[in-house]
Amino acid sequence: MPQKQLGGATVDVDAEGFLMNTAQWTREVAAAIAREEGIPELGPAHWKVLEFMQKELKENGAVPTIRKINKTGIVSTKELYDLFPGGPAKKAAKIAGLAKPVGCV
Amino acid sequence: MEDKIKKVSIIISKGSLVDVYPGLIMANGARMEGIEANLFFTFFGMDAIIKKRMGKIKVATVGNPGMHMPSLVGILPGMSAMATAMMLKTMDKLDIPPIPEYIEMIADAGGKLFACKATVDMFKLKKEDFCPQVESIITVGGFYEMAAGGQIIFT
Repeated sequence: MPQKQLGGATVDVDAEGFLMNTAQWTREVAAAIAREEGIPELGPAHWKVLEFMQKELKENGAVPTIRKINKTGIVSTKELYDLFPGGPAKKAAKIAGLAKPVGCV
Repeated sequence: MEDKIKKVSIIISKGSLVDVYPGLIMANGARMEGIEANLFFTFFGMDAIIKKRMGKIKVATVGNPGMHMPSLVGILPGMSAMATAMMLKTMDKLDIPPIPEYIEMIADAGGKLFACKATVDMFKLKKEDFCPQVESIITVGGFYEMAAGGQIIFT
């Protein structure tokens, strides 16, 4: 299993850089993944999305879709694409320490 | 790794529910991967962006072998409406939105929508007939210009 130095910790990642073990996730790890994904700093709006995704996974067993995030009113679809440019669902899941989303929507 | 696809231009040319959805799913999926996406609506596919029609697109129950239903049953009144309602319900559970919401979502995601000039002239339509997400009415030449450097998908 590949390992990586992120945010001052050694974490296990898959071939695409998604964390293998959620327990190794910290806010510092998140910030380090974000920088790698081209997001220099995670602001309050980023955190709202990340925390919602983690909560959804815990409660419903699935990473929420973009539509669900939009409907919950956390951020609009437009804002979501602005916050996580170039693939919001995948990037946000990666930064939140979750598995790669598997849905088509 | 192979070069990544950077841009797709998808043509939606047919107007039943199952004809419109694949193009929308592919356009939205492209945006989710950070791929630039253009949608070009032509002929009956244009119903998906016409304000009065976009919310009323139905599943074709006649001449559609995929329905696994004899066409004689398909012609019964209400069959198409029933099949449409069933399909929309199933899709909603999968978080696939109804067409008007999907169009809005794709536009919000940065996808660009265009109407075909030839069809607009043929059906005597105006810019006001289209939902506000439609950027402009363009010619086939304009479409090729916009699609330059990317992949073209015809549905």
